[in-house]
Amino acid sequence: MKPGSIETIVFWHKFNLHMEETKTSRFSATALRAYIMIAVLGLIWAYFHWATDSIFLTPRNLSNLMTQMSVTAILAVGMLMVIVSGNIDLSVGSVLGFAGGVAAYSITMLELGLPVSIVAAIAIGIVIGIFHGVLTAYLNIPAFIVTLGGLLAWRGAVKWLLGGNTVPISNDTFKAIGNENLPAMIGWVLAALAIAFVLLMAYRKARSVKDYGLGEANYTGELLKSIIPIGGIIAFIIVMNSYQGVPIPVLILVVVALFGAFLTNSTTFGRYLYAIGGNADAARLSGINNKLNILKVYGLLGALTGVAALIFTARVGSAAPDAGVLKELDAIAACVIGGASLMGGRGTIFGACLGALIMASLDNGMSLLNVRDFMQDIIKGSILVAAVGLDMMGRKQS
Amino acid sequence: MSLLEMRNIVKEFPGVRALDGVSFTLDRGEFHALVGENGAGKSTLMKVLSGVYPEGTFEGDILVDDQPSHFKGIRDSEAAGIAIIFQELSLVKELTVGENIFLGKEPSKFGVINWSELYHKASNLLRDLRLPIDPRVKVGSLGIGQQQLVEIAKALSQDAKILVLDEPTAALTESEVETLFGILRDLLARGVGMIYISHKLDEVFEMSDRITVLRDGKTVSTHQAKEITKDGIIAAMVGREVGDIFPIPDHKLGEVALKITGLTAFSIDNPDKKLVDGVSFEVKQGEVLGIAGLMGAGRSELLMSIFGAWQGGFSRSIEIGGRPATISSPSDAISKGVGFVTEDRKRFGLILEQTILDNMTLAGLQKISGRFVTNRTRETMAAKGPMRSLRIKANSPLTVAGTLSGGNQQKVVLGKWLLTNPKVLFLDEPTRGIDVGAKQEIYAEINKLAKEGLAIVLVSSELPEVLGLSDRIIVLHEGRMTGEFTRSEATPEKVMSAATGH
Repeated sequence: MKPGSIETIVFWHKFNLHMEETKTSRFSATALRAYIMIAVLGLIWAYFHWATDSIFLTPRNLSNLMTQMSVTAILAVGMLMVIVSGNIDLSVGSVLGFAGGVAAYSITMLELGLPVSIVAAIAIGIVIGIFHGVLTAYLNIPAFIVTLGGLLAWRGAVKWLLGGNTVPISNDTFKAIGNENLPAMIGWVLAALAIAFVLLMAYRKARSVKDYGLGEANYTGELLKSIIPIGGIIAFIIVMNSYQGVPIPVLILVVVALFGAFLTNSTTFGRYLYAIGGNADAARLSGINNKLNILKVYGLLGALTGVAALIFTARVGSAAPDAGVLKELDAIAACVIGGASLMGGRGTIFGACLGALIMASLDNGMSLLNVRDFMQDIIKGSILVAAVGLDMMGRKQS
Repeated sequence: MSLLEMRNIVKEFPGVRALDGVSFTLDRGEFHALVGENGAGKSTLMKVLSGVYPEGTFEGDILVDDQPSHFKGIRDSEAAGIAIIFQELSLVKELTVGENIFLGKEPSKFGVINWSELYHKASNLLRDLRLPIDPRVKVGSLGIGQQQLVEIAKALSQDAKILVLDEPTAALTESEVETLFGILRDLLARGVGMIYISHKLDEVFEMSDRITVLRDGKTVSTHQAKEITKDGIIAAMVGREVGDIFPIPDHKLGEVALKITGLTAFSIDNPDKKLVDGVSFEVKQGEVLGIAGLMGAGRSELLMSIFGAWQGGFSRSIEIGGRPATISSPSDAISKGVGFVTEDRKRFGLILEQTILDNMTLAGLQKISGRFVTNRTRETMAAKGPMRSLRIKANSPLTVAGTLSGGNQQKVVLGKWLLTNPKVLFLDEPTRGIDVGAKQEIYAEINKLAKEGLAIVLVSSELPEVLGLSDRIIVLHEGRMTGEFTRSEATPEKVMSAATGH
């Protein structure tokens, strides 16, 4: 079938029609989930806003909320990819603590300077991730066991490194990573760049239809579809700038999430992860190197754990032996609430970030309401189980 | 008076009559073999007998000791003294031999197991069978052959009067087979009746009193083993015309595309057992080479080993297009132009929850879409070629593969491999479990691909399919090549006789 031939055009037309149909009448399962989750988030926000006498949805609180979620969400982006490949990582909380400890140690004790300590934290994350990946993929030790061992061992390593003490950080530039905000002007510049990027992608999508001889380029249609993301970008900047500007951790999260979405949606590596998690035998027989890809995804999660560790340590202003305890469970919960299957093969970066936002909203809202600490844990635990339970029920029906 | 009588059993699945009025009798102390091609209905008949298909899902009567039986499940048939040993072992590898033998019926009081009684009974039972196995060792630590014997001990612990053995020797070495037969002879002398399903005619003739042949869900004939020859049995097994659903091949053969020398592959569970033993062959451009053989003859293992995907040990030397080639992984194979439409599409071929598009582009993803960054438009363009030419019936490339019919699923797997631009294409059971229409379409496609110069290696359990499509046929029996025929030489009888090691 040649590009530009009649049957090619007819085929493409039918294909698009079908896509429109799935979107409008029946929804694709993933899209439907996303809408439901956004609705749930809206309900949670509306309730907290009402219950806190209109404190919840103020620029100041939203800015805090976004900053609070950034560590969990960055971990969730990496965790999502590991879960999609059919694996798990229980050690990220401890690795976060250790990488943060390495950063603090190298900047205060060894006085190696800021760039070295940043590189060290991320590098140690990658090395640990690859180590876990080798044990899992090449030595066939189940991921659950490898990372359960990691959970204990790396926590021990932090305590050893810091001598059981909290190490305060005096370097103000380092602390800025977790506490500063972008000036309003720079926020707008970045927003303009983001909008330009959205428009460029829309243009390229419309062009590709023409380039492949599938019909005329529909520039107006693609432009209209860009309105929602562009509106979102502008609203986000307005809200953030009406407090102190975009927090640096949130900026890092946005970059990480976009990177994760690009990897999972638009690269061969991402496709291989879904294939391995969906049917490892079929993936292997289709020429995919399952082991190598699992190794890579653990290395990637390790790198993101290093990034999260920098933000976490900078926000607190010190490295503590118990930094990041239970963070692995927050990250896994975010993925699962966001629709990822622990059996592998299913899940999205968008869902994982939304899951992290829901978790952070619950934390933030309940703190504002002075809900007792133990009650918060009980409620969060129940919501996690209920969310997955409802999802399973919905799945059985369809 | 017979021990067991099955009368006019009819069992239907949607669209298929798997058993069509089968009758079967078994006497006390009799060894009665049940033979037939793959899919003739042997296993289905045994599932009816064991209550896997409960009463009411089939027609006909089952009489044990002349008493009508009504089995609602496996427990009922066990209570009536029927024990079945299926091809796949049903032992729990992490439990001991004794625990396995008494699984679910442990001697106990108030739920507390009496371990000394359990192991005492188990060792008595094993001694009765003259099996030198310690009941306290884990089943997983035993070889496959000994596990098979434990399975028989388990069946006898239930005082089985009727023992059904479905291909019990498939995974056994010759000496293990001898041990097994020794035990079976003892049991026969004690009056146990045995139904024995096997493709190995030598074994069947060694042990049987009577032999019943099934074909296409019907009883063809029952013979006294002494009064019939192997040829007679083979003729009864195949007695079917090769239909005209096969296109007439008109292939122009070119250069040798693939040459395999000395391929040997070992079992994963039993690393001393050779599943394929020194097989060599070649296939030319534009040729369809059929590989015939019965279940367990080593056909899939052969293809898997060439493809670099067999997970047990293997060795072979490969020439592609006249040059030596090394293939150590499926991706090596793909890059050297070998494609592999694997058997069992749900297990090995498809990611059921993903779309047609995602499945079809998976094997050739880096070529089709991009080395690192993917391009959906390009993928869609590529996928629509096979979707069209193979006539995959689906609304769009975005239909989820798991929702398609078997025939369309099979076409998606075929499409996936066509998109890798192969020069040599392996097809392992390409029409298993799909309807006749889809079969015919796949036959036409195979023929077309060969005409376009592709070298095709076709493995199929359906004899008419191999005979109808192949330019040349090689036959495997227990991992060894036992025959090679050109299209004009090959007859069902010759192929079947080579396949049964005759």
